[in-house]
Amino acid sequence: MTPGILAIIVLVLTVAGYFLGRQRALALAKREGVRLHSLPSHYGQAVALFTAVPALLLMGAWLFLQPLLLENQVSSQIPDSVIPEGGARSLVMADVRRIADGMDRLVGSGGLNEDDLSSMRADFSNIRGRLAEVGVALGSDVEPAVFEAAKSYRSIAGTSTLLRNIAVIAVALGFGFLAWRQVRPAMRARNVSETFIRSLLIGSSLVAILTTFGIVTSLLFETIHFFRLYPASEFFFSTVWNPQFRGGSDLGVLPLLWGTFYVSFVALLLAVPIGLMIAIYLAEYSGKALRSFAKPAIEILAGIPTIVYGLFALITVGPFLRDWIAQPLGLGSSSSSVLTAGLVMGIMLIPFVSSLSDDVINAVPQAMRDGSYGLGATQSETIRKVIMPAALPGIVGAILLAASRAIGETMIVVMGAGAAARLGLNPLEAMTTVTVKIVSQLTGDTEFASPETLVAFALGLTLFVFTLGLNILALYIVRKYREQYE
Amino acid sequence: MTDLTAMPAVVDSQSRSLFKRGERTRRRHAAEKRFRMIGLAAVIFGILALFGLLGSILNNGASSFRQTYITLDIHLDPAKLDKTGDRDPEALRKLTTFSYQPLIKMALDALVEGKGVSVEGLTSKDLEGMISKEAPAELRRFVLAHPSRIGETVTFAFLADGRIDGYYKGRVTMATAELDRNVTPEQLRLADKLKDAGVLATRFNWSFLTAPDASDTRPEAAGLGVAILGSAYMMLIVLVLSLPIGVAASIYLEEFAPRNRLTDVIEVNIANLAAVPSIVFGILGLAVFINYAGLPQSAPIVGGLVLTLMTLPTIIIATRAALKAVPPSIREAALGVGASKMQAIFHHVLPLAAPGILTGTIIGLAQALGETAPLLLIGMVAFVREFPAAPPGGFFDPASALPVQVYNWTQRGDPAFIERASGAIIVLLVFLIIMNLGAIFLRRRFERRW
Repeated sequence: MTPGILAIIVLVLTVAGYFLGRQRALALAKREGVRLHSLPSHYGQAVALFTAVPALLLMGAWLFLQPLLLENQVSSQIPDSVIPEGGARSLVMADVRRIADGMDRLVGSGGLNEDDLSSMRADFSNIRGRLAEVGVALGSDVEPAVFEAAKSYRSIAGTSTLLRNIAVIAVALGFGFLAWRQVRPAMRARNVSETFIRSLLIGSSLVAILTTFGIVTSLLFETIHFFRLYPASEFFFSTVWNPQFRGGSDLGVLPLLWGTFYVSFVALLLAVPIGLMIAIYLAEYSGKALRSFAKPAIEILAGIPTIVYGLFALITVGPFLRDWIAQPLGLGSSSSSVLTAGLVMGIMLIPFVSSLSDDVINAVPQAMRDGSYGLGATQSETIRKVIMPAALPGIVGAILLAASRAIGETMIVVMGAGAAARLGLNPLEAMTTVTVKIVSQLTGDTEFASPETLVAFALGLTLFVFTLGLNILALYIVRKYREQYE
Repeated sequence: MTDLTAMPAVVDSQSRSLFKRGERTRRRHAAEKRFRMIGLAAVIFGILALFGLLGSILNNGASSFRQTYITLDIHLDPAKLDKTGDRDPEALRKLTTFSYQPLIKMALDALVEGKGVSVEGLTSKDLEGMISKEAPAELRRFVLAHPSRIGETVTFAFLADGRIDGYYKGRVTMATAELDRNVTPEQLRLADKLKDAGVLATRFNWSFLTAPDASDTRPEAAGLGVAILGSAYMMLIVLVLSLPIGVAASIYLEEFAPRNRLTDVIEVNIANLAAVPSIVFGILGLAVFINYAGLPQSAPIVGGLVLTLMTLPTIIIATRAALKAVPPSIREAALGVGASKMQAIFHHVLPLAAPGILTGTIIGLAQALGETAPLLLIGMVAFVREFPAAPPGGFFDPASALPVQVYNWTQRGDPAFIERASGAIIVLLVFLIIMNLGAIFLRRRFERRW
């Protein structure tokens, strides 16, 4: 029974619980001739909630914990002798899981029954060939110990699934029955079900905390793992990035950070002046007609997916810069470059700067403008000398938020900046960024044992810390220096 | 004040006239005009950037919706396809696409002879190369679906090879064909003759929207079917998970939460999650859903879960704004006639806030639809040709997603894939426009102002 079918069973029980609870309340009230404390539907609701929620929670917890326990159980059965030289236990475990999965498919396709399977021995039968028939490809022949582990993995998983199904249905029935027994006219059903719903609401809002917790722990955990395999000082201070699949890699973060900041700097160099001038023009100068057209048009830029910008960099901006600027000047010959990625990212950031700045500029009270005009200042003088200083904290906040976007942006740099890690100043050369390397180290077949893969988590943590820092700084500046008018 | 008192000494009396501007005033006014022009230029740049971006994509991608087809009469020769003559499906299935290739070759030979369109120097390999390598597979599918038609002569419209197609889209010219190993000028000349004979035609290409991806050597057959289905599955998961959780969280935070430390922590968390780079969510998905929980790679379920976590802050922020916009008098009136707080909210406030909540949800979904980076990390970039099964089982099958398919195509060698990628972006943008128009419609039609 898959989790989906189990969930449907629980839902059916829940609906049944609702009607049974409601009906019992009405029947008892009629028999005893008393009025119900709550509406009949509240009794039904209470029973339904007690049927569904504990069972579904149990199912969720089981699904979450089962792989962990299973892994521990089976992993201890694998003798050290079958772990290949320089390989890791987790690699063997991945094989175990694949073999177990393949056996499920063999049974499912009718090629084998359970008795055959338990008598099958890796040293006699051609496991690899039979598994390949059902589409499970193995790298090498199966060691007997691994095969035995796979068999016990499968049997423990089977038992655990059976237990789960029984436990979940039992909990649904048990709690539902208890709640149903509790139903009587004097029961404060509304209060019960409302308290229950309220705790569900609290639970939902805790998802945000759980997500942050998940991000931080998964990043920290794997980063610590990485630093056990690779010295932290090398990671932070080495200027060479040169991952090798056979080990002996140089994994210095500095060239990546340099590329990230360089691209972001170019992007901000384009986005900040233009975004700011757009905000000023639309807030102070433009007529209603232009504003009602231009403001949404520029905000559309913020709604376009970044893959579109990436493609724009790849097929339009990159070749244009290469053919018209880089090659005639002899500065480079690749279409992906810091300038390509920076310009395109700058276009993407314009609406971030402009719409936030627009709000801030509009929040400056009219009285300050009128005072400035009254003293004889021109409009542009008023903007530069009066409005800008008043709006500055908000604008700085907007710029910092745009910077944090730029640092975390992925698709534009993956498609526009190139893959060569380099510490250089020439903006027409390809350079690479932290996000590009996270993608390239983690795409494809990933095995979580080598520093070459784990470095992605350290890079992710670096990225997370930088963007979080910028966001907190932005919020702090906006709050601390915000001028309060009226 | 000091300026005014100092001025008469240096400025001659004429320029102080109100009707004549002084040097300084002129400079200030020039500066004013410059500033204004710079502002206008910035606005124009922004709008031009938008049009440049969309124009470049449309320009490159519009042609992917049209494709060149060659019409062939294929004789489904029983001697080649079914030697025993009993139309046994098992035996037919054993026949690989290699056995179908000669049929196409025969039809091509007959065509060239029949129309009298032979071209000097055209080898028979070139002739076969006119038709997409996908054609034998298409033929095989047809025969397996209609075994009874073996022996008849059936008319097929096969895709022309990607280079021939590129010739009619301007990607390939006679000059480049000289240098290209994959296409010869003779083939192009034959294509022109076939076009005159009405056998070769370019027309709307539905299979771009319905067919699965194809391998590197046959860009003409690559389609978005699996990607669109995968994206749809993920959006379904995002909708089913993030709407209830987001609304529940917002109701708690907006209506019930006491002002205490836990509430503050939740609020700060939501604000921060909205600003976390999307790729970090991808790392989270890889570490937690795939490595820890053991969910399969490339599966819509994992993509859906990751995108749900990313979409939640958007939905929570929109829902809270919608709940806040419902005036307190509604709540008070409900409480006044004896409703509990829960009843007041679920029976009165929530329905009134629904249009705002739905608008926010649609915008959140539109964002999730275009998100690429986290999906790369959870393996959605894999080459998938099989359609996923129907849900819920299909949620665990490998699938692709629209934006990832775009990225995937840009990484391939054949320039025809760039056209495909741009075409896929157009499809993606059409979906986004539809969703956003839906949101605008909802807002205009149902949103109330108090």
